[in-house]
Amino acid sequence: MNDLRELYEEVILDHNRNPRNFGRRPPECNRAAHGHNPLCGDQVEVSMTLRDGVIEDIAFDGEGCAISTASASMMTQALKGRTGKEARSLFDAMHAVLVEEAEPDHDRLGKLAALLGVKDFPMRVKCATLPWHTMEAALEGRDAPVTTE
Amino acid sequence: MRTDDTAAFDVEAVRADFPALDQEVNGHPLAYLDNGATSQKPRAVIEALRDYYERDNSNVHRGVHTLSERATAAYEGTREKVRSFLNAPSEREIVFARGTTEAINLVANGFVRPRLREGDEIVISHMEHHSNIVPWQMLRDELGAKLRVVPIDDDGALDLDAYLAMLGPRTRFVSMTHVANSLGTVNPVREIVEAAHAVGAQVLLDSAQAVPHLAVDVQALDCDFLAFSAHKVLGPTGIGALYGRMEHLESMVPWQGGGDMILAVTFEKATWNAVPYRFEAGTPNIADTIAMGVGLDYLREIGLDRVAAWEHDLLAYADERVRAIPGVRIFGDAPEKSSILSFVIEGVHAHDVGTILDSEGVAVRTGHHCTMPVMARFDVPAMARASLAFYNTRGDIDALARGIEKVRDVFRLNR
Ligand SMILES: Cc1ncc(COP(=O)(O)O)c(C=O)c1O
Repeated sequence: MNDLRELYEEVILDHNRNPRNFGRRPPECNRAAHGHNPLCGDQVEVSMTLRDGVIEDIAFDGEGCAISTASASMMTQALKGRTGKEARSLFDAMHAVLVEEAEPDHDRLGKLAALLGVKDFPMRVKCATLPWHTMEAALEGRDAPVTTE
Repeated sequence: MRTDDTAAFDVEAVRADFPALDQEVNGHPLAYLDNGATSQKPRAVIEALRDYYERDNSNVHRGVHTLSERATAAYEGTREKVRSFLNAPSEREIVFARGTTEAINLVANGFVRPRLREGDEIVISHMEHHSNIVPWQMLRDELGAKLRVVPIDDDGALDLDAYLAMLGPRTRFVSMTHVANSLGTVNPVREIVEAAHAVGAQVLLDSAQAVPHLAVDVQALDCDFLAFSAHKVLGPTGIGALYGRMEHLESMVPWQGGGDMILAVTFEKATWNAVPYRFEAGTPNIADTIAMGVGLDYLREIGLDRVAAWEHDLLAYADERVRAIPGVRIFGDAPEKSSILSFVIEGVHAHDVGTILDSEGVAVRTGHHCTMPVMARFDVPAMARASLAFYNTRGDIDALARGIEKVRDVFRLNR
């Protein structure tokens, strides 16, 4: 059996119980995008204040499972103060492990490594990646909602 | 397995007929509690598919050779099996379709569309599957009709008074679920039909979740149409049937043209074939149709009375076991219920519940169950649903209860 304890690590449960940067939009928010997983009904909105290519503030809202909530919460912590380019590259690093089965680069991923347990649960990988796809859409100023399908 | 009417229900003998039940999932014996999505198949159904392709494979209604004759006899023989299963007056009132969804769309387009005028009303309920909502919305939007939705109460029961009050001279058609797939509510379909007829409207019953669990008699129900899918009642996917009263089917135009649905074709015109062939354009799903009949035979041999009694007892046991766990909220408490237990665990999303139950070998459905209005009605994004079949045991329910305890454990809710 794929290890449930690895999927639901203490950090994940903590972020699920007390999501950070949640339920609000940054005061001077100028980018936002909406993500939806039609299979399970998960909804997420990622909003940010982007100035001179730097994510000055970022937050999320919505309703989702523990994996998507924790992923969104940890993502906002990891991306605050980073450039859009760095954000994309971090997403690439996550995506490589979760979807393309690459070996994780722990130096780059830092705390986000706690999310990697989901790679053994193929049905749940989209839960973890949805907030990141949505973040990317917000960065690019795309209006159409992001879906996992 | 064979049973006579007086014999006790031997669940182990039944289980031995279902190869898929005999497996371990994630190191635990499979507890398959997702029968509302699709049932497992008895060996007889699986063998019918193989036998057909190994012996009788050929096209139906077309050849004079022996194989075609055999295939046609088995295919048409299934019409008689479905007729008798639903107690329809004539086998010509049985139309094969890809499933409930296609059957509903056929009625919407072949029967209701030509009769619908601007301002006419179609009545459905708040507990419908999306397949009994969307086809009517499409007609509404195109033809300027109205869609009226009968509310449900906090127990998930239909508000019958509201339904009766909704009916009137503008009511053109009523399409209602027989058993609700996310709440288990058994609707008072006999009353629903009678009241609709009193105002001159016709009724379709979506019996996808009824046919596997209770004896259905279209003459006793007096419904105009009734749809079901084979895959929820022991048969293969991609096939199902529509019962339609002969006078209605006779009045309907085909909605797909092609081979088999015509008597004669010139470039000036085509003469339509008789009912029900008029609605079955093209080479049909022969093997799966035949296997559907074998599944219905199997169920009939066990006996729907016996099935209903067993499942009733099991549902009561499941309700008691699951309700006793702290933090669990059950949805659907209608006085008449069948085979379905939907719930949420406070503080845990249904999707996480599904993953953890799966790690214990317990298969349930999680999500909105194609009933997003029901989720909105009860103000939850998703539910977990255990749905029973006659081959389930108390052991399966115990595994479910253990699984829910494990969810509480993983999410640290037990301290
Ligand atoms: C009540 C109800 N109606 C309709 C359907 C649609 O059936 P199918 O997808 O087989 O067409 C289902 C099954 O999902 C159902 O439960």
